[in-house]
Amino acid sequence: MDIYLLEAIINGILLGGVLALLALGLNLIFGVIDVVWIAYADLVMCGMYMVYWLYVGFGWPLLLACAVAIAGVAVLGVLVHVLIIAPILGSAPINQLLATGGLLFFLQSFATLLFGTDFRNLGIRLPIIELGEIYISTARLLAFAIALVGAIALYFFLKRTFIGTAIRAIAQDRDIVGLMGVDQRRIYLVTSAIGGALAGLASCLLSLQYDVHPFIGNTFGPLLFMICVLGGLGDMIGGFVAAFIISQIISIVGYYTNTELAYVLAFAFFIALMFVRPRGIFVR
Amino acid sequence: MLSLAAVSAGYGSFQALFDVSLEVSQGEAVGVIGPNGAGKTTLMRVISGLVPLRGGAMTLDGRSVGGLPAHRVIELGIAHVPEHRRLFPRLTVEDNLRIGAFIPQARARFAEQLDRVYELFPRLKDRRHQFAGTLSGGEQQMCAIGRALMSRPKLLLMDEPSAGLAPLVVEQVFDLVRRIRGEGLTVLIVEQNVQQVLDVVDRAYLLEVGSIKLAGTSSDLKGHEIIRKAYLGL
Repeated sequence: MDIYLLEAIINGILLGGVLALLALGLNLIFGVIDVVWIAYADLVMCGMYMVYWLYVGFGWPLLLACAVAIAGVAVLGVLVHVLIIAPILGSAPINQLLATGGLLFFLQSFATLLFGTDFRNLGIRLPIIELGEIYISTARLLAFAIALVGAIALYFFLKRTFIGTAIRAIAQDRDIVGLMGVDQRRIYLVTSAIGGALAGLASCLLSLQYDVHPFIGNTFGPLLFMICVLGGLGDMIGGFVAAFIISQIISIVGYYTNTELAYVLAFAFFIALMFVRPRGIFVR
Repeated sequence: MLSLAAVSAGYGSFQALFDVSLEVSQGEAVGVIGPNGAGKTTLMRVISGLVPLRGGAMTLDGRSVGGLPAHRVIELGIAHVPEHRRLFPRLTVEDNLRIGAFIPQARARFAEQLDRVYELFPRLKDRRHQFAGTLSGGEQQMCAIGRALMSRPKLLLMDEPSAGLAPLVVEQVFDLVRRIRGEGLTVLIVEQNVQQVLDVVDRAYLLEVGSIKLAGTSSDLKGHEIIRKAYLGL
């Protein structure tokens, strides 16, 4: 096999990890609370600024900066729920879409106001691993591995704990869980915090690879929604797999042609699949 | 144990219950019978906190429980097996039972209580890794009852446990109710299946258009003219 194609495939897998993590967060929130956080990618932007300012601005150790950013975005997630979603939970879904869509513009504009449109990076250059003739970025490998650990941790949390079981149950029948002692509002808060924490973790991993600027969310936000719809909104496993399908398409097509065409083809593939499987690739 | 005094409740402008008074004592099994639309399910939902009280008072062991939300009521020892079972279909049997033990005092004794429920319903143990949605109707009812028992309740509310089940399975469900009574649990059961429920309970109330029309021991009610004519077809 073409050695550069193999490299492209590996890069595709590595790219898929962080997208899969974000798809899990978005699907978790959609499945449980039944809202789509349009501004989800922009929470990642906030997290990346947190990492940047704590690490570069205040000179904190990187791990501490990351830990605080994860907690910070988790708090942000709770605030999104309490301030924006909870007051309009009973209203038409379009209102919730518009409200979180408004948040997207708010966050992007606010970040521009605060930090300008400069591209900023952590200034960390992790080494490149050489495997024969294949070159792999350590930052990407690390991001992939940590994203996977995050996904596995989430899986065990949902599968093995009482709260996790309640989160899965509420996604299936939200009106009856009160009879089991589950306070719906509390589960929504926990879910929003987890969704935020996953975005926070993703922002740490992306900070190692990309510059942060107020519009960084736009570069992967649309991709993320495409992945979630492709996997079936609310279907966590479907979204997880779809992240790798899409990132493979982008990586392989990008290798043969260029990145722009790769995105065009990925979205074309998405539209075509929506005709065949409108409710997601793994719909039961 | 449970006492309702002149309770009224409803949805929007529709009033479903009018001045309902009812008593359930420790260790008793009490039935509420009546036709479709009489307010039986509303009564159960009021007791478990899913539907708010509009008037009257409700006490459990002398403590006022009217107006508490459902997730607080179960902590006081009232578990509700809802109409149509309402299992989580794409959760395994064991996960359905796990969520039954969600309240703090039940979590601590989850493993022990799980063994008890499996002992009571060995079929559930055989099927513990299956999705609840794949169970037969009778097994689903076992799972729904098991889920309620996981919270270690003092009082079990059962809403139409025989609804939608084949006649043979209905027999099995009433056997289940007898077994639960054998465990010493207090039971309040709502049923349209008048003949069979009167064989299981000690006392019963007749609920019609939101009001209690009759009350008495099972044998009294079985002999009562209204019940014989309208509900037993004698």
